[in-house]
Amino acid sequence: MADLRSSLAGIKSPNPFWLASAPPTDKEYNVVRAFKAGWGGVVWKTLGEDPPIVNVSGPRYGAVHGTDRRVIGFNNIELITDRPLEVNLREIKAVKRDWPDRALVVSLMVPCEEKNWIAILKQVEETGADGIELNFGCPHGMNERGMGSAVGQVPEYVEMVTRWCKTHTRMPVIVKLTPNVTHIRPPSEAAVRGGADAVSLINTVNAIMGVNLDLMTTAPHVGGLGTHGGMCGPVVKPIVLNMLAEIARNPKTASVPISGIGGVENWRDAAEFLALGASNVQVCTAAMVYGFRIVEEMIAGLRSWMLEKGYTCLDDFTGLATPKVTDWNQLNLDYIVKARINQDLCISCGRCHIACEDTSHQAIINEKNGKRRFEVIEEECVGCNLCAVVCPVENCITMVELQDGELDKRTGIRVGGHRTWTEHPNNPAAASPRLAKYAAS
Amino acid sequence: MSGRQVGGIAPKRLSEEACTANFADLVAPLKPNEARVAADRCLFCYDAPCVTACPTSIDIPLFIRQISTGQPIAAAETIFNSNILGSMCARVCPTETLCEGACVKLTSETRPVEIGRLQRFATDWAFATGRQFYRAGAPTGGKVAVVGAGPAGLACAHGLARAGHQVTIFEGRPKGGGLNEYGIAAYKVNGDIAQKELEYILAVGGISVEYAKALGRDFSLERLLAGFDAVFLGVGLGATNDLGIEAGVTGVLDAVGFIADLRQAPDKSTVPVGRNVVVVGGGMTAIDAATQAKLLGAEVVTIVYRRNKTKMPASKHEQDIAQTRGVLIRENLRPVAIESADGAVTGITLEYTREDGGKLIGTGERITLPADQILAAIGQVLKASDLENAGLATKSGRIAVDEDRRTSIPRVWAGGDCVAGGLDLTVAAVEDGKRAAASINTYLTGAAEPHMLKAGE
Repeated sequence: MADLRSSLAGIKSPNPFWLASAPPTDKEYNVVRAFKAGWGGVVWKTLGEDPPIVNVSGPRYGAVHGTDRRVIGFNNIELITDRPLEVNLREIKAVKRDWPDRALVVSLMVPCEEKNWIAILKQVEETGADGIELNFGCPHGMNERGMGSAVGQVPEYVEMVTRWCKTHTRMPVIVKLTPNVTHIRPPSEAAVRGGADAVSLINTVNAIMGVNLDLMTTAPHVGGLGTHGGMCGPVVKPIVLNMLAEIARNPKTASVPISGIGGVENWRDAAEFLALGASNVQVCTAAMVYGFRIVEEMIAGLRSWMLEKGYTCLDDFTGLATPKVTDWNQLNLDYIVKARINQDLCISCGRCHIACEDTSHQAIINEKNGKRRFEVIEEECVGCNLCAVVCPVENCITMVELQDGELDKRTGIRVGGHRTWTEHPNNPAAASPRLAKYAAS
Repeated sequence: MSGRQVGGIAPKRLSEEACTANFADLVAPLKPNEARVAADRCLFCYDAPCVTACPTSIDIPLFIRQISTGQPIAAAETIFNSNILGSMCARVCPTETLCEGACVKLTSETRPVEIGRLQRFATDWAFATGRQFYRAGAPTGGKVAVVGAGPAGLACAHGLARAGHQVTIFEGRPKGGGLNEYGIAAYKVNGDIAQKELEYILAVGGISVEYAKALGRDFSLERLLAGFDAVFLGVGLGATNDLGIEAGVTGVLDAVGFIADLRQAPDKSTVPVGRNVVVVGGGMTAIDAATQAKLLGAEVVTIVYRRNKTKMPASKHEQDIAQTRGVLIRENLRPVAIESADGAVTGITLEYTREDGGKLIGTGERITLPADQILAAIGQVLKASDLENAGLATKSGRIAVDEDRRTSIPRVWAGGDCVAGGLDLTVAAVEDGKRAAASINTYLTGAAEPHMLKAGE
């Protein structure tokens, strides 16, 4: 039995799959359809103050397409909800009443004045919503008005607004972070200092999706002009994984629950997010591309994998991979791997050879005894993994670990020991214990 | 009574509409997104096996990458750089034994990259836009005669024109294209593609064509050598083998002629065909004739081949085309007698065979198949008149050439089906023409490599 029930800062949901604050959660109609489809929770599309914002009626979305027009990157320049506050509040109340077992969190964005936040918090509380998410992330439009990422990029503002919210509401406060910062630690630490019950990340990444080479403007454009939007979808997932890990392994933020957002399309993405420390995931792009029904695959896939691994609940594996993420200077420089090509699987495309030959270490031959054949020259192989990355056949090229005592034919040294950069003789700082300590810090 | 049941040899067994539908493209052209998806499967192999397998060495990974990046026109240029008849080759090459047969995807998956269809996509694009990538070179003063406007002759003429030589093509038939125009099954080359390709090739400039001028009939090799600096022979195989058992009865036809008639008929349904058709042979001509006879509405079409099916020169892929259209292929049968009544064929008597160490032996057992039409597809041979000038060395009944496609007579080069040691494929003929053009250019100018001008130069 695999129990998918999830909890984020005390907000419970039957599964860890929430819809992120975005167009799919803008109305009762959509949210009810989502709940019927099986989503565990939603973060209602960001509410602001009346009068409502006005969206462009030109293209709001753009994309990077992969093979067969699969959407791998998705961009938007839509703003927060464009419906009157009262309408949204009424619908939120109705949905929460009708779907008590699902998580319903309300995303908020108002000007950076305490009184403005007090006013909206009071109104949201009356809906019976489970919590609020502070939108400190929108990177287009709203930031020009001093909101969204304009707040998220200044840790002092993040802390200040978070504290106001914690002071003026009983509802759990989730702080949604922007990735458009030099480092995710300062704003996440600020959220924790402000009393955040959880953080969610990431909001979208500043992006221009393409250039129209005929019109010499952006693609898409609005009346001939373009502006950067916020990008999400599968291409941003690796960025999210890094930021998740940074927060999860930072002692100052390690205990704050995390809702992971960005590029989650299937159960595996979700499992990876949870393994790195997220308590649940929020999804938008995949739903906008394929419809709400994708949650069926996510639920079934995650359950099936958990049963296979013997995990009975999400806590069994949440954060298990977090301790394995460290700084570069903690990696073992005496760990040696060599590429090995499985000749039974090799299809002789030669990509490993040309990649290594042109751009790396000249460690793969392309011919043996006058015949086309690709083999690793162990004397040259540095174990960089490039060949395995470019190989079109899964598991054909593997990186094989040399065991203690085995000879590394490249260096002529027998494998053994464990030295990090902080201990390595080539590190001038390692010579002095004081500098070594500094280098390790 | 429908047209199918009419006895003897008759036109209009099917309506024009039904025939037109039957003769539609064997392989549909790729649509743009389909082409991008197909192109995305290409791995861009290093030293790609498909290129090695192509007789003209087209840079296949590059042209496929150009399709995937939205530049089918650039892809066409890449193809034409190696093979100016790339459009026809995309349709008629036995890709399953050449490029696609060498595709590494056949090892990791079950389907190769669809190189042929992608090549057609790119070259169709070039024809649709009319874009020319080449132009005739600055005149060198060299004059070259090309005999035969088939694939070898056209490829040779194009190469020579680009190098600046003045080329005259002599073609015995009223139209150019050679077997591309007269010898390929109609459903492989819809849309008058052979003539479109011919026009595209000639548009480079510097090439004139004299139609209905045949070697041995209208002029001699000696006369050509007197009027031109060099001669290229791309005469193909002008004669066909006969069964040797024809008894002056009607209804026994040469399959090559049947295929040519079909190609030239604007309305295929007007081509007469038997109710019971027997095709003798095991090569591409047998397949093309039998399949088309079936598509014309023949009720029963049988291919009889003297050896085991696996020995058929026609590939498995080609056999499948015939069989899925209802042609029955019978093996180990060789013709011994034509049966007739009132001067018309009524059947063919065959003897069963077996092979003993590669040697074909008749078992003595016989069978007679009813037939009102017999199509002989047992090989083509060089026309003796094309060799009238004694001194042209031959090998296995074809013109002997060296690596540069030089014949035994100075200033005479040859290529295509008429030379010995070839593959009897359009693509091989193109390579012959290309190599001969380079060699002729070296002879005329002393340059090791001709400087081929691009349209933009």
